[in-house]
Amino acid sequence: MSKIKSALAAMPKPVKIALWVLLALLAYALPLLEPPFITTPGVDFGGVLFVVTMYMLVALGLNIVVGYAGLLDLGYVGFYAIGAYTVAILTSFHANWPLLLALPVAIVATTISGVLLGAPTLRVRGDYLAIVTLGFGEIIRLVAVNTEWLGERKGISNIARPPSIGGTEGVFEIPHLNWDSGVPLLDFNDSTKFLVFGVLDQIPYYWMGLTVVIVVLFADYLIKNSRVGRAWEATREDEDAAELMGVPTFRFKLLAFATGAFIGGLAGALYASRQNFINPDSFLLLFSILFLAAVVVGGQGNRWGVLVGAALVAYLPQRFREFDDFRVLVFGLALVVLAVLRPEGLFPPKRTVRAKQLEHELDELEEGTDSEGEEKARA
Amino acid sequence: MNFEFFFNNLPSLTVSGLAFGAIYALIALGYTMVYGVLQLINFAHSEVFMYGTFAMLWTVMALGGADADGVELVAILLASLVAAMALSAIVALVLERVAYRPLIKRNAPRLIALISAIGASFVLAELMGLRDRVAGWLGLEDDLSDYVGKARINNSIAGVVEAPRWDIGGVSVSSIDILVILSAVAMMVVVDQFVRRSKLGKGIRATAQDPETASMMGVNPTRTIQMTFLIGGLMAGVAAFLYMLKIETTKFDVGFLLGVKAFTAAVLGGIGNLRGALLGGLVLGVAEIWGSALLGTEWRHVVAFVLLVVILLFRPTGLLGESLGKARA
Repeated sequence: MSKIKSALAAMPKPVKIALWVLLALLAYALPLLEPPFITTPGVDFGGVLFVVTMYMLVALGLNIVVGYAGLLDLGYVGFYAIGAYTVAILTSFHANWPLLLALPVAIVATTISGVLLGAPTLRVRGDYLAIVTLGFGEIIRLVAVNTEWLGERKGISNIARPPSIGGTEGVFEIPHLNWDSGVPLLDFNDSTKFLVFGVLDQIPYYWMGLTVVIVVLFADYLIKNSRVGRAWEATREDEDAAELMGVPTFRFKLLAFATGAFIGGLAGALYASRQNFINPDSFLLLFSILFLAAVVVGGQGNRWGVLVGAALVAYLPQRFREFDDFRVLVFGLALVVLAVLRPEGLFPPKRTVRAKQLEHELDELEEGTDSEGEEKARA
Repeated sequence: MNFEFFFNNLPSLTVSGLAFGAIYALIALGYTMVYGVLQLINFAHSEVFMYGTFAMLWTVMALGGADADGVELVAILLASLVAAMALSAIVALVLERVAYRPLIKRNAPRLIALISAIGASFVLAELMGLRDRVAGWLGLEDDLSDYVGKARINNSIAGVVEAPRWDIGGVSVSSIDILVILSAVAMMVVVDQFVRRSKLGKGIRATAQDPETASMMGVNPTRTIQMTFLIGGLMAGVAAFLYMLKIETTKFDVGFLLGVKAFTAAVLGGIGNLRGALLGGLVLGVAEIWGSALLGTEWRHVVAFVLLVVILLFRPTGLLGESLGKARA
């Protein structure tokens, strides 16, 4: 594993970029290839992949809050709901805006709600924050259930879809692969129109979702390696020390909260647009827990780990639908087992591993249990 | 705002609120003690309570509570109380052993412990919600169909206990409400005195103050932690019994909402403070019922959550302050 890693790192930059592009192309082509075993029998594969990208988006956002800044947010679905409801209200329920106009408004509204929630609550202790956010998520849902203006339990339908390119026929058609005969064959009867956001073919939504994920991933990379990212890390590791070193911890925590809300709102808005219909049941507390499970299982703080976690959480229940009833049970078990055996997640971020190693070495030095070190010292 | 209804029914609303509040207070005891000793939100405590409600339900069903009356019914109910306390205590102890002790031993960060607690809570709730499947694997689904049949919907003992309504000073109140309030307060007093006076209670308080020094003075920390979980579990069992008397129905996910409210009660009174839990529970219960009378019942849970957020923002130490370790505990 580490050998592959170092081999990858040693490659010249153009090769690396080419590899990334290839990987991205493969990701885009996945629903067209319809590879056997991976496709979901009985459920539309494109739709499943779209949901996977939404979980990835949410997990990236929550990772900023939980993984980078170390704030446990149990009400993340609240932001998701605000994004979805803003789009639903503006494009269908109370106005007739096109999606592209409503989307920025939804994101801004969610970000503001993040600041409004964060400004007072981020001053309370870490585990209290978890309960306050949990309360926030439930309040958002209960308000939606009880308010006529928000459609109550019935929800809101006819939410605007993204605009199609090239009318209802699209610019060109891309055939899918057919594996029925054992070898891949081009199937011209089953093709995806580029780029039509319709009812039946979910693949264009997946492409949209994947594009957003890649953009957010890139932004995440930039922000993590910036002053802001380092400030978050310092705050997470030791708030008092960070404050002493001149990091305005409260402001950075608020920024993390707002950034997380921003991404959550974006995901919620896109989800509402694809779904065309939302009701309060789309925003149960369970989803907050599933999002958190995605982040924790993957390895909080590591964006690739988090992506894998999100993919697992979203994809496995669809692939193994016959076990759908046991989904929550399995996630609960996974959380306990992970917390007990591997608290840093499946793919812990590099720095955690390195810090652990350093700490271990330091302990050994202090206690003098490291015989090798002693010998060296004697020599 | 329905002021007329509110003021006309103020006394009976208050009694009903106090009864709910007493149940919250008993559950809150588990949160507050564990938090006082471990600084850990025992998120799965709500499921400890939920198992108690089912123990009560099943005992009443198994002993034929539906056809009994008089002394026989009282005996059945007492047996169900014991069963509820026993099952809740067992679940609480298993929880401590499986989900917390490995983490405490390793001195894991508190967030990890909370995540473990959330996971345990989901496992416990889903095991109850999928009990028909579990019975199916064991080949028992026919023998146990009365008990496991309605796995994901409401289970009820409605009609088993027909409580008279009493007329106290012109106010009609349910005798169950009075029973709930009195027994909850009595149990709280017992626990309070136990923690204050007994040797084990002293150990609990010492560990809450300073675990390291306490263990140097001969207090076994593992045993103390077990003890706090045990007391919390027993009280959750009592709460479950009283809850079933009052509400009469339960479901595999009944714990979540009650758990959040009980935690709110604990924070409201000052987490770690036993008397605070009682006060916080009663205040929360009354506020909730008053709020739903004024705004409509559909806002009841919103009132509770908003109260929680407001309390945490403006007085995070709660009404009576946090003090399991202090002598007043």
